[in-house]
Amino acid sequence: MAEAFKKSLNLHGVACPLNFVKTKLALEELAAGELLEVILDEGDAMLNVPRSVKEEGHKIVKVTPEGETFKVLIEKGV
Amino acid sequence: MSLTESQIERYSRHIILKDVGGAGQQKILDSKVLIIGAGGLGAPAALYLAAAGVGTIGIVDADNVDLSNLQRQIIHFTPDVNQPKVESARQKMAELNPDVKVITYQTRVYSENISEMIKDYDFIIDGTDNFPTKFLINDACVLAGKPFSHGGILRFNGQTLTYSPGHACYRCIFPEPPPKGAVPTCSQAGILGAVAGMLGTIQAAEALRCIIGKGKLLTDRLLTFNALDMDFRTINIRKNPNCAICGANPSITELVDYEPPACDLKR
Ligand SMILES: [Zn+2]
Repeated sequence: MAEAFKKSLNLHGVACPLNFVKTKLALEELAAGELLEVILDEGDAMLNVPRSVKEEGHKIVKVTPEGETFKVLIEKGV
Repeated sequence: MSLTESQIERYSRHIILKDVGGAGQQKILDSKVLIIGAGGLGAPAALYLAAAGVGTIGIVDADNVDLSNLQRQIIHFTPDVNQPKVESARQKMAELNPDVKVITYQTRVYSENISEMIKDYDFIIDGTDNFPTKFLINDACVLAGKPFSHGGILRFNGQTLTYSPGHACYRCIFPEPPPKGAVPTCSQAGILGAVAGMLGTIQAAEALRCIIGKGKLLTDRLLTFNALDMDFRTINIRKNPNCAICGANPSITELVDYEPPACDLKR
């Protein structure tokens, strides 16, 4: 059963660091505890974006591979 | 949040910063900064603030660009010689960032016009090169309750402090302008161009941090540096309870003009 996310962002084909910038802006619009789903490319995007998101105090709840991309579920921190 | 796609890209390196983010960038876009003096300090400050996306930048200067300015006043280019400095500065800021609205004031600041000029701005940068105007800016900002950055440069030296209501002002530590001729102005003394850039850039960073409300401003501290030996220090300063402008019983309750130094005509 999929968790209910507040917003979903398709960042397939969006390069670093703009993918992180867009993830961050989307997280700013959520309240603490709400979920954001982002679709990230494998490689640089997957290596960097989840790490940067965690550094800002958010939580990676779930990562689901989907072909060449990953669905990443992020819970906004306080 | 109302950042456009191109703004997200333009300001991405700000947005990435934990202490800025989209919300901080929006504050910058909504802010208004007045730069007094489009010279050695005002030039780098204006460029960085325009690049940062400060929504409204006011710039005050009565002078035209002189060939001898170009060694340090990096907002002015060779074809701008003899053009009004404020117009040259406006063009560069507009080309650098169309998000910025520039308001030009081709005048000196006096006791008569300064209060009206600063009243709509969130932060003021003192980029002037003479003591009478520095004291006038301090007094006007204290009376109006406006935060401002003081900056002074001479030869290889720079000094700066930030005033914010409730904190020490410039007059708390320098009660009066020095006697005429005691301290040379830039035009008499020479200045390494890069020193102007260092100090004006610190002033721009103060303005931006004041706008986003993060970190510790240079309040109640005086930063001085000597770029000949590249030595930086900050000295803690205290609000003077007997200060003539911000003290408990101020003796200055309205603005006065000090006589500008005679040699100040050609910058
Ligand atoms: Zn004072």
